[in-house]
Amino acid sequence: MNRQTILIIVLGIIGILLPFIFPAYKLQISFLWILIVLALTWDIQGGQMGYNTFGNILFFGIGMYLCASIQVGMFFPLSEWTASGGEKTFVHEPDQFFQGFFVGILAAGLVPAIIAALIGYGILGLRGHYFAICTLGLGIAAGEIAGGIELIGAGQGMTVPPWPKGIGDTELRAEFFYFLSFILMVITFLFLKWAYQTRFGLILNAIRDNEDKAEAMGIPTMRYKIIGWVITAFFVGIAGGLMGNMVGYIEPVEVAFAGATLGVFMILMTILGGKGTLWGPVIGATVFHLFKEGFWTYFLGWQYVALGLLIVVIVVFFPEGLMGWIREKYPEKFGETVDEEDQKSSVEL
Amino acid sequence: MVAILELNQVYKSFGGIKANQNISLEVEQGSIVGLIGPNGSGKTTLFNSIVGTHPIDSGSIKFNDKEVSELPVPVIAKLGLLRTFQQTRVYGKLNCIDNMVVSHKPTKDGLFSVFSVMPPELTEKAEKLLEFVGLYRKRKLLAGDLSFGQQKLLEMAMALMNEPKMLLLDEPTAGINPTLINGIIDRLIRVNGEFGITLLVIEHNMRVVMGLAQRIFCLAHGEMLAEGSPENIRDDQRVIDAYLGVQ
Ligand SMILES: Nc1ncnc2c1ncn2[C@@H]1O[C@H](COP(=O)(O)OP(=O)(O)O)[C@@H](O)[C@H]1O
Ligand SMILES: [Mg+2]
Repeated sequence: MNRQTILIIVLGIIGILLPFIFPAYKLQISFLWILIVLALTWDIQGGQMGYNTFGNILFFGIGMYLCASIQVGMFFPLSEWTASGGEKTFVHEPDQFFQGFFVGILAAGLVPAIIAALIGYGILGLRGHYFAICTLGLGIAAGEIAGGIELIGAGQGMTVPPWPKGIGDTELRAEFFYFLSFILMVITFLFLKWAYQTRFGLILNAIRDNEDKAEAMGIPTMRYKIIGWVITAFFVGIAGGLMGNMVGYIEPVEVAFAGATLGVFMILMTILGGKGTLWGPVIGATVFHLFKEGFWTYFLGWQYVALGLLIVVIVVFFPEGLMGWIREKYPEKFGETVDEEDQKSSVEL
Repeated sequence: MVAILELNQVYKSFGGIKANQNISLEVEQGSIVGLIGPNGSGKTTLFNSIVGTHPIDSGSIKFNDKEVSELPVPVIAKLGLLRTFQQTRVYGKLNCIDNMVVSHKPTKDGLFSVFSVMPPELTEKAEKLLEFVGLYRKRKLLAGDLSFGQQKLLEMAMALMNEPKMLLLDEPTAGINPTLINGIIDRLIRVNGEFGITLLVIEHNMRVVMGLAQRIFCLAHGEMLAEGSPENIRDDQRVIDAYLGVQ
């Protein structure tokens, strides 16, 4: 077993023990796992492939609304649920809650993935700023549209079925969502760790470095771009479905299609940790979450100023992110030692 | 003669600039053919037309008897028609080995090969080819850290890794240390002879093209000025005038 495997196992065990060591912070740590998923998946396009996207929040919001709507709609008329304040009128039995939740989460992953595949061909044909702006538009438009749909509560939002009565307390609920978000994060991480070691990972990097060259070498770049986008949409959609359940209340622009907060945070976290690396988004999200929670606790009123300063510090002192900084200091740990003589050697033919 | 590449009355203009006019040429399977002409005469444009970088205005381009003028770039490349770039293009943040490995053309290129693991033999093959172009000691360096000339050599090796049937080389010796030029001529002749790859080479250096090509086409102002054996071209007054007139 190499060092990285041991590290992953140790962190995994810590992740399992955390809710019992810090029971008061269960929900906060669950949010961290979701943030890591958002950063890891943002990095597929933003880091590994070099396509800055502002649109991932689209999949997050769709996953969230879809999951909640299915949880309700499988058993009650959705329009009456949203119109009447939900759980005050209708009560989910435990069976209904878990069945609805299971189907909802599945759809929260699959439907955004299908949408990504359908819109991918058009959007991923755009390059650079055009791609960035187009994805930004998608996220904003989705929030506006969701705010106009009465069925899902329009601008008022809707509630998600609460934890069913009669099975455990709020602690059990918190543990349930803690472990689900933890498992989602672990699967996302392990999947990407594996995928980046295959042809897929190498080709994303080739697209990042020179897409024209990749095409000239016969690589069907569009296929790889779409597959990457579908993977992102799948995991982000599930994260949205879970998040909706953890928050309990969905609103279009601040919770679901939260481009101005989560949509920006996922980019900041990745850049802070180091774009285009596997561990960068994990480290970035963790450091970011700790700072942010600290700011919200200790600098209330000034939290956004503190956050802004943090961003400036990142960009100025760690332009390549924390991982990039570590990599530069200890290149041998990344198998990157380059012999000086090789570097200087002249080519002979 | 079996033509591997056949151009018939190809036209391409950019706004008012007629970059290629009425270009017809044939490249014989297994040969080395030179494409010369003063700067701006439309050589690179012709390469771009052949490999599908831009649509042509009219005319026909056939590769192995198959019309390719409407096909997208990756599809033409997968047929076995590759080009290298005048201004080098490599994957700058990947090391040379990875640049090579990603250039390998998978035999089965279906959906399932997307997540296939790169077999270790590819690294061996990559190292051999890097050795062939003199870059073995540079194999662990990032491609972006190589000099311009070294990147040209890397591009050549990447193309070989892909095992094309025909290779279009855009000024392979430009920017390369003059002491290496004979080595490159030798390598290109071996690529043609040992690997069986047909070569169409844009070349500015007359000595190189005369030593390499069996047949030469000369462009001027976007039109085909002359074609023939190296001796014919060297003595052709129109070719001499075209070069002297520009430089
Ligand atoms: N993409 C383009 N857009 C506009 N003009 C172009 C483009 N590519 C080439 N040209 C023009 O076409 C002419 C031929 O250029 P080029 O094919 O690069 O010549 P060569 O490779 O023989 O030096 C030049 O006048 C050049 O400016
Ligand atoms: Mg040129």
